[in-house]
Amino acid sequence: MSGSELISAIRYNVLQGRRDKDDEGLEDDLVGEPGVEELVKEALQKKVPVHDILLHGLTEGMKQVGEKFEKKEYFIPDMLSAAEAVGAVMETLEPYLLQEGTTSKGKFLLATVEKDQHDIGKNIVGIMLKGAGFHVVDLGISVPTADIVTAVEKEKPDYLGLSALLDTTMRHMQETISLLQEKGLRSDLKVIIGGAPTSPEFAGKIGADAHCKDAFAAVNTANEMAGGGGANG
Amino acid sequence: MDFFGREGVTVNPYLRLRDKELKTIHSASMELLSDPGIELSHEEAAGIFDKAGATVTKSERAKGTWVVKIPEKLVLQALETAPSQVTLGARNPEHKLILDGETPRVYFGSGSETNNILDTNLEEFTSTSDPDKKLKFPVHKRRRGMVADLCAAARLGEHLEHLDFFIRPVNIQDDDISEDSKDVNKFYACLNNMTKHVMAGLTDLNQLDNIIRMGEIITGGPEQLKENPVMSFITCVNKSPLQLEGDSTEKMLSIIKRDMPVVLSSSPQGGSSAPIDEVGMVAQINAEILAAVTLSQLAHPGAKVIYGSVPVRARMDNLHDMYGAPEFNQYNIDCVQMARYYKMPCYSTGGVADAKVPGIQATAEKVFSHLYVCMAGPHLLHYAFGLLEETQTFCFEQAVLDNQHIGMVKTLMQPPEVSQDNVSYSLDVVRKVMNTSHRLFARYARKRIHSGQLFLAYPFEGGEIQDETMANVKAETQRILAEPVDHLPDATSDQIFAEIPGILDRIR
Repeated sequence: MSGSELISAIRYNVLQGRRDKDDEGLEDDLVGEPGVEELVKEALQKKVPVHDILLHGLTEGMKQVGEKFEKKEYFIPDMLSAAEAVGAVMETLEPYLLQEGTTSKGKFLLATVEKDQHDIGKNIVGIMLKGAGFHVVDLGISVPTADIVTAVEKEKPDYLGLSALLDTTMRHMQETISLLQEKGLRSDLKVIIGGAPTSPEFAGKIGADAHCKDAFAAVNTANEMAGGGGANG
Repeated sequence: MDFFGREGVTVNPYLRLRDKELKTIHSASMELLSDPGIELSHEEAAGIFDKAGATVTKSERAKGTWVVKIPEKLVLQALETAPSQVTLGARNPEHKLILDGETPRVYFGSGSETNNILDTNLEEFTSTSDPDKKLKFPVHKRRRGMVADLCAAARLGEHLEHLDFFIRPVNIQDDDISEDSKDVNKFYACLNNMTKHVMAGLTDLNQLDNIIRMGEIITGGPEQLKENPVMSFITCVNKSPLQLEGDSTEKMLSIIKRDMPVVLSSSPQGGSSAPIDEVGMVAQINAEILAAVTLSQLAHPGAKVIYGSVPVRARMDNLHDMYGAPEFNQYNIDCVQMARYYKMPCYSTGGVADAKVPGIQATAEKVFSHLYVCMAGPHLLHYAFGLLEETQTFCFEQAVLDNQHIGMVKTLMQPPEVSQDNVSYSLDVVRKVMNTSHRLFARYARKRIHSGQLFLAYPFEGGEIQDETMANVKAETQRILAEPVDHLPDATSDQIFAEIPGILDRIR
């Protein structure tokens, strides 16, 4: 495949949500055909400019996925699959992007707060953020407040995303923010919260920077904070 | 057979009656047929029964009426010759229906000759607690049904995905339509506006040959019509309790003589013209239908007849037919099982609301009935679209809602797909997902989502904290009614109008 064919194939496979050759995608008989990972590797070997892979392959693919979602042709699982495929190759592209002088949109630390086992929403946010070009570190579920703060100290993220699904556990969000303040870690960090019982009012009350009602809002908010476009861009 | 028509939905039937109970009801019906027997006001039919060995005596109650005591062996003999498979044709062969007494394949259809149309209009109201808040609510108006409504109902029915066959849902009461021109107008209005199977009763027996001629012109000739009966008939032969009515008996005998498919129906009312108790009701209606089946087979062995059960319950504050009562559905399920016990195709009933307007009551009454009667596996489930107010009113918007709900019922009835291939695929998916950090199966839902087989969302839901269903249904109804349909070719209509008198020019 030529460079432009590879870019076009990457775009197509983002639309198919195919991370690698084992993925079935949406259309029939795709198993065994190269997916986004294999195509990006081949493009890098063939010295296709990383900028072109990112902009005309991955980003353009995600843009088209977003457009299909807006038109109700695509659904959340399609968005997630595409974002997962893109997120998976972002790590591969990272050293090349650094070489070209392109910096990551930023590091995002994610956690479900203490005593809360719910992680579907947090995982979706993680996949979507990776797909949008953020570096994501996921601390998992029921993470003790002290562990979250230690991870912030160690990872030095730009953003901290806290998730809670229970009104009994959401108070740990406030504890986390208070402890970050105590340790002098709060000022360089944007704290974004989400989860069913949370609200913009609650975010304001506990001193979070933003509340996001869903994964799209999370990507949009993070993009705005990073100075970029919305979820589709 | 070189075609396969509409798929319908084949169910794994719910068995309300056990085998022993089916036999008990059969025996009870046989007892009724021999004592008191049936009353019959049709001389030729009395002669047919007499010749076959039934005990026929003149009734003392009314002149020109006979009492016929039918021995079980005559009934069993009739059930031997009554076909277990009847094919109903359609202008578009893809819409053919195969009714097989041994296969519980369900088709949903409309029905049946209401006098009123319910118009639904959305009007804006101002909230009394918040004058800035404008809300839209449906305002309903009832009016007399006209032939233009029947044409529109057929166009709507053509486009309703889950409507498998069509029975005129509205009585045509135009001033320029007389008793003797009603049949030709109603059949033409249906057949010119849809390509699905059309069923109807006959208003005037003198019009039977005109209707059959219309079918012959549409299909290409007498043989073609027999191969592809684009229309069939419904005769309510029985007047409950246990009487074969003269005019309808004459219609039935005339229809089977012409080798056209016909439903032999009975519609007793539990609590007034039949026992209210389930077993009594079912024993009686079963006896009534079997009496008609027996007569049909004695007159023309092999006649294409369909077991037509329309048992209803009396509403006790006005003795109207009642369809929302749970007992109505129980009666109907039992009849479906009786028809299958005899390996006969079954025309059953469900999905009528007693409610006067679309809404919560109508939906509850209809959906319980659509689902429950369907579970028994009738072949033709009529009355299922748009009927309100105990079948007195037809509402286009309600028919669109019913189409949605029937689609959901059909999905519920789909059999599970348990195969080694499916198991292997699913286990593979679970293992793959367990190897991911996020443990999400969403990716593997996509093929299903895009197959068109997955329920995505209730199509009429609104986005506000207010019921927007009717506004959305109204918009959808208007959209469907604006869609074109495949009318009869001009040459066909020309020939129909040239040969068959009485059809109004304005419905061409």
